[in-house]
Amino acid sequence: MIHYHRPQPLDRTFLTRGVVVLLLLAANGLLWLAGRFVFGIGAVTNLNNQYPWGIWIGIDVAAGVALAAGGFTTAALGHVMHREQYHAVVRPALLTALLGYTMVAVGVSIDIGRYYYIWHPLIMWNGSSALFEVGMCVMIYMTVLYIEFLPVVTERFIGRVNLPGPLSPLNGPVDRLLRFLDRTLSRTMFVFIIMGVVLSTLHQSSLGTLMVIAGAKMHPLWQTPILPLLFLLSAIAVGFPMVIFESLIAARSFGLKPEMHILGRLGRMVATLLGIYLAFKLGDLFIRETFVYLTRVSVESVMYVVEVLFGIVVPMRMFLAPKVQKSPLLLFIAATLVVGGVLLNRINNFIIAYTPPYATHPYFPSIGEISVTVGFIAILVLLYRVIVLNFPVISLPDRRMMPASKYSVRG
Amino acid sequence: MKSTSRRSFLKAGTAITAVAAGLTPATAHAGPTNVLSPNRLGVLVDTTVCIGCRNCEWACKRAHELETAPLEAYEDRTPLREMRRPDETALTVVNQFANPKAPDQPTTVKVQCMHCDHPACVSACIVGAISKQDDGAVLWDTDKCIGCRYCMVACPFQIPAFEYRKAIQPRIMKCDFCTDRRAAGMLPACVESCPVEALTFGPREELVRVAHDKVRRAPDRYVEHVYGEREVGGTSWMYLADRKFEQLAFPTLGESPAPGVSESIQHGIFAYFVPPVSLYALLGAVMWTARQRHDDEEDQS
Ligand code: SF4
Ligand code: SF4
Ligand code: SF4
Repeated sequence: MIHYHRPQPLDRTFLTRGVVVLLLLAANGLLWLAGRFVFGIGAVTNLNNQYPWGIWIGIDVAAGVALAAGGFTTAALGHVMHREQYHAVVRPALLTALLGYTMVAVGVSIDIGRYYYIWHPLIMWNGSSALFEVGMCVMIYMTVLYIEFLPVVTERFIGRVNLPGPLSPLNGPVDRLLRFLDRTLSRTMFVFIIMGVVLSTLHQSSLGTLMVIAGAKMHPLWQTPILPLLFLLSAIAVGFPMVIFESLIAARSFGLKPEMHILGRLGRMVATLLGIYLAFKLGDLFIRETFVYLTRVSVESVMYVVEVLFGIVVPMRMFLAPKVQKSPLLLFIAATLVVGGVLLNRINNFIIAYTPPYATHPYFPSIGEISVTVGFIAILVLLYRVIVLNFPVISLPDRRMMPASKYSVRG
Repeated sequence: MKSTSRRSFLKAGTAITAVAAGLTPATAHAGPTNVLSPNRLGVLVDTTVCIGCRNCEWACKRAHELETAPLEAYEDRTPLREMRRPDETALTVVNQFANPKAPDQPTTVKVQCMHCDHPACVSACIVGAISKQDDGAVLWDTDKCIGCRYCMVACPFQIPAFEYRKAIQPRIMKCDFCTDRRAAGMLPACVESCPVEALTFGPREELVRVAHDKVRRAPDRYVEHVYGEREVGGTSWMYLADRKFEQLAFPTLGESPAPGVSESIQHGIFAYFVPPVSLYALLGAVMWTARQRHDDEEDQS
């Protein structure tokens, strides 16, 4: 087996103009966040007794979990089904999932009123609560993701442990510890990989169950008993597009040649996955006869049509075309549409569809809420950059095995 | 050789499933108390009797140590012009509706937590901080609550309120059925303060009988509907009115308990952990076969 590609730290400078913009956005978000901790949630958000959940739950948490689905879908494909040709995308997807879930956890902690009680669900159980299940699964899955990522860390440091001055006598023991970890992990990793996939299917679907209990307070276009299934199917469908989306952005930003042979093939699979999701979504629309709501022009009906048409139908058609599978630009557009579609679906489910009975005016996120959400995303991108510059995540053609001309560095 | 080991792999999977199934009954009981005692209490609100004096609002605030103007200030009826909801500063409020039959006698309706028999808030709460008591009260526990506000998302009557302006220990605020007062042998504050006995306190079963009796004896005065008798599986607080309840801003709700669908999905996915464990076994089998095939191919090449 020849490994054409080997993950390795990228050799680029950290600071670029884009990074400066991201740093500013992050700082702005943190500033507003500080306001939440000093003056309370009400001071920074537009939430009230009618609208208890806003974009911090709808985007940071619900969409965050969905868009981190690339982690478990690529793990299922690369490790469980053992398709080695996809291994090059497993690590970047794992890193995105890891960062995504970390943001979800932080997002939950800042949204709950008593953040210092975040550990309560660990010992105070309510088996009938969908939120309890989501919380537990996310906590365990995040741990699993960190374990799955450990080999990247051991790989980086084995034989290279170099602690400063007074700590240097520890170099030997730390190195031995890393080697031990590495050996144990490589033997037991399959347990965690399967666990990760199971946990993902569980909480991806339970996230859909969350809004079922809101009953009639949720618009009938979205309120359905099969919400958990729709959430799971859409999470599975968005996994690969998310991988394509971030691979192409990373390739652009780091001046690498995109792995088109892998991404194109992933794209072809997405068409099928989107097809299954669409079938259930439309089937639900017709069985519950909720299509009648589409004949009236309202915020809800427009959002629903946009979500289905541009988030599912158009990209599905695109992914089927061989031309799209070969062109980075078209592939990027198709992937972006799916990602945007699932993002919109989560916003629709948690915010647009939620119409409480006594609200006098609809909810719209405040500047503070938007700043914090944007700030979190900026921090995520920055962390991604820091990590791929320092750890072996992104695969490059191995110089020792490939002629240098086979890969081109643009930037 | 290969097929036997594959079979034993699956056997191991089934064994794990069985073990997990054996383990769960203990954990399945973890959760908030949710008793439905036949002796549970309730209140019957007769909106045709209520005069909108708002004494109950004042008494409630006093009983719960919430800031309030003196009772005399409540003689001012201007707050009634606006539709209000119970919130973190007032656990009960009275709303006014025009009365087409007697324009000078508007209909007034007291609003508070309904103390549902199958409360959505109890089912939803992530840490089981809300519970249904023996006596019918639905109570919130400050020592558990993490402030996630899922109870507010779940409540079909949009009752729980949150102290958004507090950075530390914000509370979920809702009617607690004057549990402390009743423990001391007193009536709920609102019931005690009502000058016209629009509020009747007693065992729920009896109240249902009283309500239907009232309707039977004065069919012109009431619509034939005891709101809360069947709504979302029944509530401890119930209402009588002279017109359709949706005209008095009550939500139109079905008779099945609010948490029903969500709980059956939840319990379906987790039926004794069989689905997740089976999925684990299945994926394990797929992974193992894929590895085998891969190794075989490598041997051949
Ligand atoms: S009215 Fe709402 S808060 Fe009160 S018990 Fe019912 S679900 Fe809970
Ligand atoms: S806010 Fe408190 S009481 Fe309400 S669901 Fe969350 S933890 Fe439970
Ligand atoms: S005290 Fe009695 S009469 Fe006065 S507003 Fe309250 S329920 Fe109505």
